[in-house]
Amino acid sequence: MLESIFNLLYFPPFYYYLDNLLREHIFSSQKGYITKFVIEGLNMVNVRLVDLSKHFGRVKAVDNLNLDIKDGEFVAFLGPSGCGKTTTLLMIAGIYRPTNGYIYFDDQVVNEVPPKDRNIGMVFQSYALYPHMKVYDNIAFPLKLKKRPKAEIDRKVREAAKLLNILELLDRKPSQLSGGQQQRVALARALVKEPQLFLMDEPLSNLDAKLRIQMRAELKRMQRDLGITTIYVTHDQIEAMTMADRIAVLNLGKLQQYATPVELYNRPANTFVAGFIGSLPMNLIDGDLVFGDGAAFLNLGELTIKFIGTQGSVLREVGAEGRAILGVRPEDIIVGEGEYEGDVFIIEPLGRDKIVHINAGGIILRALVPVGFDVDEGDKIRFTFVKKRIHLFDGKSGEAYF
Amino acid sequence: MARNILKKLRKGYLLIFLIPSLTIITVFFLFPVILTFLIGLTSMDYTFRWDWIGLGNYIYILKDRWAAKILSNTLFYVFTTLIFFNVGLALLVSIMTVHINERVGSAFRTLWLLPRITPSTVYALLWLWASRGEETALFNWVLSSIGIQSVDWRLTQPWLLVILVNGFIGVSFGMIIFTAALKSIPEDYIRAASVDGASTLQIIRHVELPLIRWPIMFVTAYQTLSLLTSYEYILLVTDGGPGLFTTEVWALYSYHLAFVQYGGIVKFGYGAALATILVIIGLIMSIIYWKVFRFKELMLEPKIEV
Repeated sequence: MLESIFNLLYFPPFYYYLDNLLREHIFSSQKGYITKFVIEGLNMVNVRLVDLSKHFGRVKAVDNLNLDIKDGEFVAFLGPSGCGKTTTLLMIAGIYRPTNGYIYFDDQVVNEVPPKDRNIGMVFQSYALYPHMKVYDNIAFPLKLKKRPKAEIDRKVREAAKLLNILELLDRKPSQLSGGQQQRVALARALVKEPQLFLMDEPLSNLDAKLRIQMRAELKRMQRDLGITTIYVTHDQIEAMTMADRIAVLNLGKLQQYATPVELYNRPANTFVAGFIGSLPMNLIDGDLVFGDGAAFLNLGELTIKFIGTQGSVLREVGAEGRAILGVRPEDIIVGEGEYEGDVFIIEPLGRDKIVHINAGGIILRALVPVGFDVDEGDKIRFTFVKKRIHLFDGKSGEAYF
Repeated sequence: MARNILKKLRKGYLLIFLIPSLTIITVFFLFPVILTFLIGLTSMDYTFRWDWIGLGNYIYILKDRWAAKILSNTLFYVFTTLIFFNVGLALLVSIMTVHINERVGSAFRTLWLLPRITPSTVYALLWLWASRGEETALFNWVLSSIGIQSVDWRLTQPWLLVILVNGFIGVSFGMIIFTAALKSIPEDYIRAASVDGASTLQIIRHVELPLIRWPIMFVTAYQTLSLLTSYEYILLVTDGGPGLFTTEVWALYSYHLAFVQYGGIVKFGYGAALATILVIIGLIMSIIYWKVFRFKELMLEPKIEV
């Protein structure tokens, strides 16, 4: 009886819940020691990267990165391969030493702290389960290294295994597990030592599509429950969008944008982010920007888009002129009526919707229309843009005007 | 019917591909072993006459008052060299050179390979020079600086010298295998272990060594067998001495009896019988290693998992 109460007390989510309660109600009253004791059970950390760089010879894998990750936050590092996301993660883990800059855990610079003293849990794309150890010993490994008493190790291993539904696998070797099971073991091993920071390097890449979608939701749920600060590296924008509180988009070692998924989608900072985010790629079309008649005009061959109001004044203020890139998402093109006309080039049905490729004077635009919309290849079609959802980028730097 | 013919054809193909290696094994291993065994049943000497004496030589071995000493010499030599050098020091050197700067490490390992490509007589001669009794010889010169008196190491510590000479060169084989094995360990295991809280020593102990278990066992088995039959450096350094059979090992004894005249008699027959015993010991050792190290599992599937 008493033991089961204690077991309950040891369940990490319970601590998080208790911790929040205490923060709200007791922290201000003088009983500081109680808060201190409870917070130790789950010690989250705030991570700050200041001017962080990593050079391999002449290659700048990470270049002057500045980021702030709040405690309890789920942040995704998103970018194509070679963008520096894994390098950054390995620097935070302490495996790579930064060439320049600082990594802060709360107020402490941890550049010189070895990985073993950083109290982090990490999950690798390859899972990196020790092949010579049984699942039980794999999960117990971090605790054994800490020289915890046997009984405590056993209890915590079973707790972690229970949390991840792998209790019946404890006696197996990693080679006897499926990819999904190995993934769970890797998660349990990372969680069992109650890390203050959780790092995941493309953890879902080796799973099949169905399992990946299931694990995506499970991981997100688990992170919310445990409230551990988490950094998640991925090249899959859907993973990043669905799971993360904030996403750091990286390309060629440089931070492109650091914002919430909604903001990344609605206000991409440049053409790279605009093209990378969204499962249907944004239409990006080169054009020529001129001013006249109190408005700005973007010439795209046969089409001309007029910018008035706020958009026009923004362009005037920054003095934009010359080459510019129009960005418009397929769902922001209204088909069937409007000021522009084009030929239907090809139709791709997606089930609920279909993508209509419109050829308007040599420019191909992809528009998303409901599947019930009646249109055939070769038809002439009228269309227009949702003006306030149009993006315009500098033609040279690719930076967004709006 | 047709399937049976196909099967036979396939077997025929297999045989064609196996013939080259089977020929080599027959000519250079099977044939000499049979010949040795047969000569061991004769009292053959420099006249090369096949005088069959049955198991006479083997009975003589049992009565040979040096056989027991030489056998224990052999076991001492094989296992001391094996444990301290061919496996022990080889592991130490490869672990240490893998964990330091890549360039320095590989330069160090290359240096250690030099004796392998040095003619054995030159290599042995260098050791003989270094271990001479004069105060100016390398060992004495170095050791005198910490106050150790000059001695002739070959006469006072023959075993130490024999094991050093063999061990120093024996390290390189294991070193190459272990280094390759250590480098083939996927980096994620090491990263995972260091994040899990392991120090470098703990990573070596709990992750790297278990992962190169098979190469370690292979080197142990292979080097046992090769040490068992090796005698050239002992021949060159002490020639079994000083005194009577102090550092004589079984293979050297067999060589001495077969090719070196003791009182004008060359005992091919007796030497061959001794060599046969060595082959049998080697076979028994192989079977023991095969069972104890479960090499069958090694053959079944790759053991370095990625």
